[in-house]
Amino acid sequence: MSNPPDVVTGDTEAPDAAAQSAPSAPHDVHPAGARRTQHDLWLSGTEAPVDTGRFTDEGAQEMLLEEDAEVLAEQMGTLVADDYETSTGGPSDETQIINMGPQHPATHGVLRLQIELDGETIRRVKPIIGYLHTGMEKTAEALTFMQGPTNVTRMDYLSPLHNELVFSLATERLLGVDVPPRASAIRVMMTELNRVASHLLWSATTGLDIGALSMMIYGWRERELVLAFFEKTTGLRMNHNYIRPGGVAADLPDGWEDDIAGVASGVRAGLKDYETLLLGNPIFLERTKGVGVLTAEECLAFGVTGPMLRASGVDYDVRKAFPYSGIDQYDFEVPVTTNGDVYDRFIIRFEEIRQSLGIVEQVAETMPLGDYRTEDRKVTPPPRARIDQSMEALIHHFKIFTEGFRVPEGEVYEAVESARGELGIYMVSSGGAKPWRVHVRGPSFAHVQALPAMLTDSLIADTIATLASADPVMGDVDR
Amino acid sequence: MTDEMREGGLELGAGYRELDARFPDAVFSESFGQVVCRVPRETLVAFVDAAVEQGFSLFVDLCAVDYLRRDPRFEVVVSLLSLAPPRRLRILVGVPGDDPTVPSITGVLPGANFYEREAFDLFGIVFTDHPDLSRILLPDEWVGHPLRKDAPMGSVPVQFKEANTAS
Repeated sequence: MSNPPDVVTGDTEAPDAAAQSAPSAPHDVHPAGARRTQHDLWLSGTEAPVDTGRFTDEGAQEMLLEEDAEVLAEQMGTLVADDYETSTGGPSDETQIINMGPQHPATHGVLRLQIELDGETIRRVKPIIGYLHTGMEKTAEALTFMQGPTNVTRMDYLSPLHNELVFSLATERLLGVDVPPRASAIRVMMTELNRVASHLLWSATTGLDIGALSMMIYGWRERELVLAFFEKTTGLRMNHNYIRPGGVAADLPDGWEDDIAGVASGVRAGLKDYETLLLGNPIFLERTKGVGVLTAEECLAFGVTGPMLRASGVDYDVRKAFPYSGIDQYDFEVPVTTNGDVYDRFIIRFEEIRQSLGIVEQVAETMPLGDYRTEDRKVTPPPRARIDQSMEALIHHFKIFTEGFRVPEGEVYEAVESARGELGIYMVSSGGAKPWRVHVRGPSFAHVQALPAMLTDSLIADTIATLASADPVMGDVDR
Repeated sequence: MTDEMREGGLELGAGYRELDARFPDAVFSESFGQVVCRVPRETLVAFVDAAVEQGFSLFVDLCAVDYLRRDPRFEVVVSLLSLAPPRRLRILVGVPGDDPTVPSITGVLPGANFYEREAFDLFGIVFTDHPDLSRILLPDEWVGHPLRKDAPMGSVPVQFKEANTAS
């Protein structure tokens, strides 16, 4: 492998070939015979001579002592609305810039915050991300549509099933494939259970962050019930690769109705405990009420979605606004509160757990019979039993898993409501078996960006509670 | 996907119609049941501003696509959302490969800040008037823009040092 090709990115033919100008020869970065250095390999060949150097000086991502007015407004969280009473008065000359993270137990992953402190008050914040960047959008271009869910499920690792669902929905929209009702119902049930698991983990770790140590143990205990069901159904506790284009990977296991009933009653009982433990506790109230406030206006401008947006009084839920997988046939409420602080985010998420359990039970009652994946042989491999009898079935099976299936040209944006907010995917297909481009719009990415607006002019001790309430998953931020 | 579709009876709903009337050079079309609008990059900021006025006030997404041998080579995709009634608007902006610059929309929607930095980082598209255009996912000293289609996938040549295989 001493001579890697220059263009190795999935399909090499751009979509809409008719629109292209005169096809040029492949860009030859390295003339024949020229010796490659290791550095050359990372140069993208045909870059026009754009001087990007001035943007990427050493330390460009870091907070500087002196910034111009616009950057200052961004870091002080006053771009949208200056709703902080204490922000009047100039800074004292005794400010210091400190680093929180990237290795910090309370940043929920490798997030780094640069914070300028004036005494104990935060004056400026700059979130610095990218420590978990693994180029998954580039990887997605090298995997077939069949392999895609294995990749995207690792992005937001606390709600893997939502990632798989949104990838599958986008692929199916491009393909024009309809999913059988049972597959849709299983998808809804599994993703709602995933929301429960994610919110449970969130309340556990956030409880820990603000000093409610026993919350940590209770939250993980109940989450374990859900994960045990996931393991029984999908074979894995996370990164399931269960929801795939065309349906789901396997039917529900025997006795799943009893498992669902057990999970629902277990989590409901736990939820009561949490509320007794937290919501009546004066220390908890003191640490959460009026902390980390985001106004509705700020949420909209920064692209904040999900429980954070609904805690600020905006009634937007993808499940209601753009229903997917037939979720609109189930009866559920979208909780909305108006204060937009950490306390309200607790209330919203606790209520969402209840609503999701309600959906799960409704699905379990009305689970349709039938196939758990589409009968369209273009995307679904033949049944295992046929492979032993028929040579054609064997070849078909082999082709689907090696070459994949071709997806018509086009581009779609598809979104689902993940545990954190709107999880969108922008998928471009060039007509081949691999996507031309996959962009995942992770909700956490927008939430990290809104941190300065939440943190500025609060106390350094509130950083932890505020950051935790945003529920950032760094796998989702950095991808 | 162009004028012909517009004249061919694409029914634009409220909100889209006003934008269509105000910006004659914006071309509306439909892609898999979703409303898409192609806007020249010169009018992007004014268009986004008008869209926010029309109720598309929730910033959803901004990303770039590299169509390598197509002209224009890049496409910047902005997704906006209107809450009541729930509607989506997708804005596509063509960006030529030899002049990859787009006016920044951070002045209208501050939420685009990180997304534009990401597109700059991974595609080398320069957003003019962006307050703080720097790399965001990759380290500062990174050379190149890896999501471009002509960026080689990471394979580092292994130099075997004159291994003596003869035996």
